[in-house]
Amino acid sequence: MSSLAKAVTNAPIIRVRGLRKIYHTGKVDVEALRGVDLDVPAGEFLSIVGPSGSGKSTLFHIIGGLTPPTSGEVIVAGRNVSAVGDAGRTELRRKYVSFVFQKFNLLPNLSARDNILTALFISGLSSDRFDPAFREIIDLLGISNRLDHKPSELSGGEQQRVAIARALATKPTILLADEPTGNLDSANSLAVLEILRGLNERLKQTILMITHNIDAAAFGHRTMHMRDGRIVEEPQAE
Amino acid sequence: MRYKLVWENIRFRPVRTLLSMLLIAVPVMLILTLVGLSNGFFEDSERRAQGIGADILFRPPGTSILGSFSGAPLPGKFIAVLAQQPHVVATTGVAMQLIGGTWESVTGIDPQSFTRLSGPFVFLSGHGLERPDDMMLDQDYARQRNVRVGDKIKVLNREWDVAGIVEPGKLAHLFVLLSVLDDLIGAPPGNVSQIYIKLDNPNNTKLVMEQLKTRFPGYPTYDMKELASYYQVSNVPLLKGFIDAVLGMGVVFGFFVVALSMYMAVLQRTREIGIMKSLGASNGFVIGLILLEALGLGLGGTLLGIAFSFGTRWIMHILMPASLPQAIVFSWWPIAGAVAMVAAILGAVYPGMIAVRQDPIEALAYE
Repeated sequence: MSSLAKAVTNAPIIRVRGLRKIYHTGKVDVEALRGVDLDVPAGEFLSIVGPSGSGKSTLFHIIGGLTPPTSGEVIVAGRNVSAVGDAGRTELRRKYVSFVFQKFNLLPNLSARDNILTALFISGLSSDRFDPAFREIIDLLGISNRLDHKPSELSGGEQQRVAIARALATKPTILLADEPTGNLDSANSLAVLEILRGLNERLKQTILMITHNIDAAAFGHRTMHMRDGRIVEEPQAE
Repeated sequence: MRYKLVWENIRFRPVRTLLSMLLIAVPVMLILTLVGLSNGFFEDSERRAQGIGADILFRPPGTSILGSFSGAPLPGKFIAVLAQQPHVVATTGVAMQLIGGTWESVTGIDPQSFTRLSGPFVFLSGHGLERPDDMMLDQDYARQRNVRVGDKIKVLNREWDVAGIVEPGKLAHLFVLLSVLDDLIGAPPGNVSQIYIKLDNPNNTKLVMEQLKTRFPGYPTYDMKELASYYQVSNVPLLKGFIDAVLGMGVVFGFFVVALSMYMAVLQRTREIGIMKSLGASNGFVIGLILLEALGLGLGGTLLGIAFSFGTRWIMHILMPASLPQAIVFSWWPIAGAVAMVAAILGAVYPGMIAVRQDPIEALAYE
């Protein structure tokens, strides 16, 4: 049983209370989050849906430790993200959360293999070779024969699979996926979503996925909707 | 993995890498060329002075071996007096006069005494000094001025006939008759700048120098075998200061060049730095990569600068073989390299600090 599987529990792995975020842009303050409460149990695949400007990306960035909240409490994997500084958020990213981005965000000068090994190296794990368990994930993602190619030599779908492999290489407690199918065609989108669901079912990997696509959101166990910086029960009519 | 990240990054943008190395190579090349020129000048001067074959150099009071390249304050009677000293078998006096530009000078000789002490010139073409307007050049100077026997050459505001071209390595690049030069510079007839003394046995040099010091107190004498210790940059205070100033400029120039180069590199890699931060890279990790890359560029720039210094030597040798002899001073390679490395590290610190302070979200959104 992997460490991820062991982590499956009913206790929330993400707990958010009264979360607010205000961006100061010039003389204007933009309130991106206006009091968000959220619980995500370990092992859940949660989809968060909302239009542009709804605050879902901001929520994603705060949970992932990319930016601090203005106020409120954010507990991720037992760590109070709202109370730590830059070093604490860096440690959170290094040890507990991994990202999959819409634009893949692979390092362009490295091969797919080296992109994955870099994540291992930064996390302080062995970066010599992949362990057998991770090799299975590579096989599951279908990129075994693409590891020596650079991102520019890979299709969008392949790049996103490498990004998922890189995110999983460090065995994160939580996988944060921000519009992971936003840059993919429908066939590749379906493949990536099935991979994410498969990883969740097989490894009990906690996944938080942000999307504006209702169909994509349906791959999760649960879907939450955001609008104007708040979580709402049902999507409002456009 | 850390070195691989740096190496792949250096390799990924070859044009930027090459430009950065070129910019770092320039101050390295300048330092090595300048040091090479000053050392080359002294080595060349020493080699030519040794080429005369004398054992002792006798100079007027109040002068040093590197302090005076013009004038003829020493009365010619000393030549005969010195020739009568024990163990002395030949003497010859020469007058020297700077002719501007670099430390080029024309040397007035008495052909008979000069040949008696030094042996005959090896003529490549032409003949010796026979008439007042005759000038002899060594091969290097003739090539530098692109003149042949029979051509006219203007030196000291006077036209001379190129009478002969000789093999280089015997005291001077330009020779005229001593009497003519004395007249030209307003010195009393027969006066010289310095006198060369040849002994019956070189082992008597110290003995004769002691005798000369006793007999002619205040007149400096130099052992020609020890010329190398006199012909040093450190013996010329102004030159040493000049070199130090250029070194300082090299450091400052290198610093700004590397800083600019690294700043551009950091800007280009904003998104990649954001990616690494999203993977959990610490500030120390990111700045470490940038500093390692700066060291790599500094090392590459140093090697390139060393290669360029061979290029400048080749150009000097082609264009001005007599005036600008450039030596390759191996002992200065690590010094110039250290200057480049220090500049590279200092130059990378500021953009490195900017890089680590970048908001990861903004960095990831950078296009």
